[in-house]
Amino acid sequence: MNDTSRAGGAASLDVSIASKDYHSASGRPLRALEDLRLTLPAGKAGAVVGPSGCGKTTLLRLIAGLDKDFVGTIALPEHGRLGMAFQEPRLLPWRSVSDNIRIAAPHVSEAEIAALLDELGLAEHATHFPRELSLGLARRVALARALAVKPDLLLLDEPLVSLDAALARDLREMIARLIDERRITTLIVTHDLREAIALGDKLFLLSARPAHVLATLDVPTPRRHLEKEAAEIIEARAREALAKARAEPPQSKQ
Amino acid sequence: MIRLVSLAALLLLWQIGAWLSDPHRLPGPVAVFEKIYEEALSGALFSNLAITLARVVAAFALAMSFGAAIGYFMGRNKLADRLLDPWLVALLNLPALVVIVLAYVWAGLTEVAAIGAVALNKLPNAIVVVREGARALDPHLEDMAWVFRFSPAARLKHLVLPQLAPYLAAATRSGLSLVWKIVLVVELLGRSNGVGFEINMAFQLFDMKLLLAYALPFVALMLGVETFLVQPLERHVSRWRRGVSRRLDRI
Repeated sequence: MNDTSRAGGAASLDVSIASKDYHSASGRPLRALEDLRLTLPAGKAGAVVGPSGCGKTTLLRLIAGLDKDFVGTIALPEHGRLGMAFQEPRLLPWRSVSDNIRIAAPHVSEAEIAALLDELGLAEHATHFPRELSLGLARRVALARALAVKPDLLLLDEPLVSLDAALARDLREMIARLIDERRITTLIVTHDLREAIALGDKLFLLSARPAHVLATLDVPTPRRHLEKEAAEIIEARAREALAKARAEPPQSKQ
Repeated sequence: MIRLVSLAALLLLWQIGAWLSDPHRLPGPVAVFEKIYEEALSGALFSNLAITLARVVAAFALAMSFGAAIGYFMGRNKLADRLLDPWLVALLNLPALVVIVLAYVWAGLTEVAAIGAVALNKLPNAIVVVREGARALDPHLEDMAWVFRFSPAARLKHLVLPQLAPYLAAATRSGLSLVWKIVLVVELLGRSNGVGFEINMAFQLFDMKLLLAYALPFVALMLGVETFLVQPLERHVSRWRRGVSRRLDRI
């Protein structure tokens, strides 16, 4: 039994998943998520951190409404306009960069699309096809597409994975700036704790499968002014919280 | 240039064959072109070609419309696929001649029966090709379209048709050649006009010049449709691939 609703007034994300099961090839049920609860205040960025394969992408798919086969409730921000950047950019390969944005956001003006392309450093690539772009540029186009719809909730699935260090740093700074400026309720999924600290106001530390929230941690804002030492302290606290949560008996895992 | 040389070589071979054999069995190119000119002057050649072309267009449009819709449905719906697949296999293996004769027996020697029989012969081919295309639609792009709330029209235009384009092009090419051939048989068996009818008349009279005078313009028409319609259309739908390779070449 699941329920995905638009929360009236309170523009926040409220997730309460009792269970989400998959079936293996042999038909055996595999539990991906169990008793997973998280609440993200309006205008805040939450970063879900967990080991690879723990069910982070599954969680995003449930929130996006791509998978409705779960037990629990998900309350989306009011209006529920969703912007999402998938792990693979998922651009239409037969349409240009600007067309990809225009098709996803048909009600947005040409001037706004041009301004967005300019802001994300994509103006010179507007007429290019996705196959002509590097992964970093394609990710930026996917981000521009997600922002173009003026989302109430922005979902980012491993936005920096597979990028080299310099590109990842540039894109991370760009995402952090956009989130800070636009105050969009944003949920980012990542396996990288440092990336989560750099992007999230709130960290949700997930367990291994079946995933649940082991610990929640607030990151001081604005994040970009965090000193290296401060980030390291938060990272140490997060690791400590994780170790503590893992050591606790299962009934107190939330 | 190479194509022209090849064509000239074919004409030369034909002429040599005509010199070496009985001109009643194999008339030379000049005699055949004279006959084509004669038929064109009388207007018979153009009217028969136009009638055959109209049948080809009608049957092809019917077969492609229904074939694409049914193929897409079968490709996307497992239950429908399982239910309809035995019918499809039966239709695929039903000889064209049987379909044509049955259509004429059941619906009379009418235009509807003729076009219906041609369309029915092409239909399973279109279904099979488009079904493969529908099965291969990228689920990742489907998810993207869902998240960004694509309208049904936008989904069809920007997501489904571009992915189906290579399959539709393949179905068009193979389908056109099939339809051209079957139309002649349909006309030969049950119509009183069209290229197939004229070829049958030529056969009855053992008039090889007349037979070739209709066969050659018919082949030219097929080549024309392929060269000036099908190929440009195919290039148009796959222009994004060429655009990419051109730009990558410059890098």
